[in-house]
Amino acid sequence: MADDPKPSESPSPTPPAPPAAPAAPAAPAALAAAKPADTTAKPAPPAAKAAAPHAPPPPAPPSGPPDPPPPAGAAVPAFITTLQNAVSGSVDALSVYLGDWTVIVPAAKLIAAATHLKSAPDALFDFCSDVTATDWPPRKDARFDVVYCLYSTRLRHRVRLKVKVGDQQPLASVTGVWPSANWLEREVYDMFGVNFTGHPDRRRILMPEDWQGFPERKDYPLEGPGELLMENPIDWLKLRQAKEEAEIE
Amino acid sequence: MATETIHHGAMFDTNELVLNMGPQHPSTHGVLRVVLRLDGEKVVDADVVIGYLHRGIEKLSENRNWTQIVLLTDRMDYVAAATNNVGYCETVEKLLQLEVPRRARFVRTILCELQRIASHCLWIGTHAMDIGAMTVFLYAFRERELILDLFEEFCGARLTYNSMRIGGLPLDVPPGWPKKVLEFCDIMDSKVGEYEELLTHNRIWLERTKGVGVISGADAVAIGLSGPPLRGSGIPKDVRKDEPYAAYDEMQFDVPIGTNGDTYDRYLVRLEEFRQSLRIIRQATEGLPEGPIVGKVPRLIKPAAGETYHAIESPKGELGYFIVSDGKSTNPYRFRVRPPSFCNLQALRTLVKGHLVADVVALIGSLDVVLGEVDR
Repeated sequence: MADDPKPSESPSPTPPAPPAAPAAPAAPAALAAAKPADTTAKPAPPAAKAAAPHAPPPPAPPSGPPDPPPPAGAAVPAFITTLQNAVSGSVDALSVYLGDWTVIVPAAKLIAAATHLKSAPDALFDFCSDVTATDWPPRKDARFDVVYCLYSTRLRHRVRLKVKVGDQQPLASVTGVWPSANWLEREVYDMFGVNFTGHPDRRRILMPEDWQGFPERKDYPLEGPGELLMENPIDWLKLRQAKEEAEIE
Repeated sequence: MATETIHHGAMFDTNELVLNMGPQHPSTHGVLRVVLRLDGEKVVDADVVIGYLHRGIEKLSENRNWTQIVLLTDRMDYVAAATNNVGYCETVEKLLQLEVPRRARFVRTILCELQRIASHCLWIGTHAMDIGAMTVFLYAFRERELILDLFEEFCGARLTYNSMRIGGLPLDVPPGWPKKVLEFCDIMDSKVGEYEELLTHNRIWLERTKGVGVISGADAVAIGLSGPPLRGSGIPKDVRKDEPYAAYDEMQFDVPIGTNGDTYDRYLVRLEEFRQSLRIIRQATEGLPEGPIVGKVPRLIKPAAGETYHAIESPKGELGYFIVSDGKSTNPYRFRVRPPSFCNLQALRTLVKGHLVADVVALIGSLDVVLGEVDR
C-alpha cells in the first residue's frame, strides 16, 4: 500500500527532462497513461497546435508570483519612500496587486527595514499580523518567499514585506521587533524549514518534535512520507514495532 | 509561634513543581496542553504545547479546487464556521476581482453577526463554568440553540455550515427567515441582561476576573492579540470598522473597548459585542435589499496569478487569508490562514506568569481559543 501513491507521483517530476529535446513520438513510450489523450488530439491540426505547448502533462511548475510592479503613475506610499531613504538598499523591488503593497527586502536588510517600519512616524507598523512562506522549488537559490503581513493600529494601513531565502540560508528572526512573530516563525520553520536565526525558541510547533521533513514544502507528498501512510494502520504499527526493535538491538 | 515561622523556609522543600495540564482537560476547551512550572500555587512559567488537532488544512487546501475549500474552512473555527466561509470567499473574490451583489453582502453580514453571538454564547457559558458559575452555561446554550435553528433553516446544517459560495450565497434566505431573525433579536436582547445580572456584579466573578491577566495596550499589540482581548486593553482595532467588508460600511455600530486589559474587561467587551451584533443584525435584516444572490462567477474558478491577504473580524479576532494563485491550476498554489486563536493563545504564557493555577483556567477561557483553529 505504501508504494501506491509513489508511481503516480514519480512520473510527474521526471518528464521535465525529456520534453526539452524529443517531440511527441518519444514521450508516449515513457508516459503510457497520460499520452493517449494527446495522440487523439493530434489528427485535428488546430488542436495539435494548441496542444503542443501543453504536451508535457505537468507544465513547468511556477517559479514565483508575478509580483507586478506598480503602474507608472501610481503614488508610492510615503512610508516606502522614507524607508528607501532611511535604510539604503532595503528595497529590492516594489509590487502592488489588488491594492496591496509588497516591499521585497533583501534578507540582509530585513531587521533594519523592520525596525524602521515599526518606529518611523509615517509607518508605525506595530502589529505583525502574519508571517508565512511560499515554496517555489524551481528557484534553486532562493526557493522560499517569507512574507510578513504588517498592520498599523494607529495609522490603520497595511503592507507586506517579502524576503527571498534559500533552503538553508539563515534569515534573521524578527521576534526582537515584533514579539508576536515568535509562534508564527516557529510555524514557518515547522512547515517549511526556513532557517531562522536568533529565534528565542525555535522548536516545531504543530508537528511532533521528532517529525522528519517539512510538510508544507511542495515536494512533500500530500499523504505524508511513504512508510507513515495510515491506509493500513496494522501494517504501519508492525513496521514501527519492527523498526523500534531493530533500534534497540 | 513566631520562631517557628522563621524556620518554615528551611523546613519545606522549595523546589519548583512541573505540572502538566491537558491535553485531555475539560477546561482547556479541546486539546490544549500547558506545562506549568509552579512555585507553590504560583505559576512561574508556562509552556503552551499545541498541535494535537493538526489536520494540515493548509496543505489539503492546496490540493483541492477553489470551491472545495469552503467546507474545509468550516473545520477550523467550528463554533463560527460561517465567518470562516465568508473570509475565504471574500479573499477569492478579491483575487477574482468579483463584485458581490448587495443582497448577498447583507445576508453575509447577518450570518457573521449571528455567528458572533453564537460564538460568544459558547464562550460565556464555558468561561463562566470554568470559573464555577454553572447557571450561565445553561442560559447561554439555550440561546445558542436558537441561532443554530436559524442556521439549520438557512443551510441545513447546525455546526459546519458550508454556507457560502465564491461570489455570493448558495441559496436565498428561506421565506419568513428575516422575520425569525428579528424575533430572535428581541429574545436575545433581554437575555444579555440575564447574563449580566448573573455575572457583572457577582462578587465571586469579580474576585476571579478583576486584575487577572492584565495586559497593557502596547503589550497586547506587540504580542499579536486581536479581537476582544485586544479591545479589552483599550486598542480600538476592529477590521469591521477599519477595513469594512461585506456590508459593514453601511452599518451603524460601536466598537466597545476596555480600560484595564484584565479578564473582567475582556468579559465586558464581549458582553457589549452581543448588543452591537444585535444592532447590526437588526439593521441588516430590516434593510435587506432585493436582488440576485450570486455575482458573475466564472464557470471555472481560476484567478490570475498573484497573491493577496484579506482579513475579516471573526468572533476571536483578525482572521486573515493569504492566498497565492499561480494562474495555471484550479487549486490555490499557497493557502495560508492567519488564525486569530493561534495568535491570541501565544499571549497565554505572558498572561499566566505570577498568577495562581486556578487563574490559568480563567485566562484560557478569557482568550476564547478554539483548538480546531489553533492547530488547523
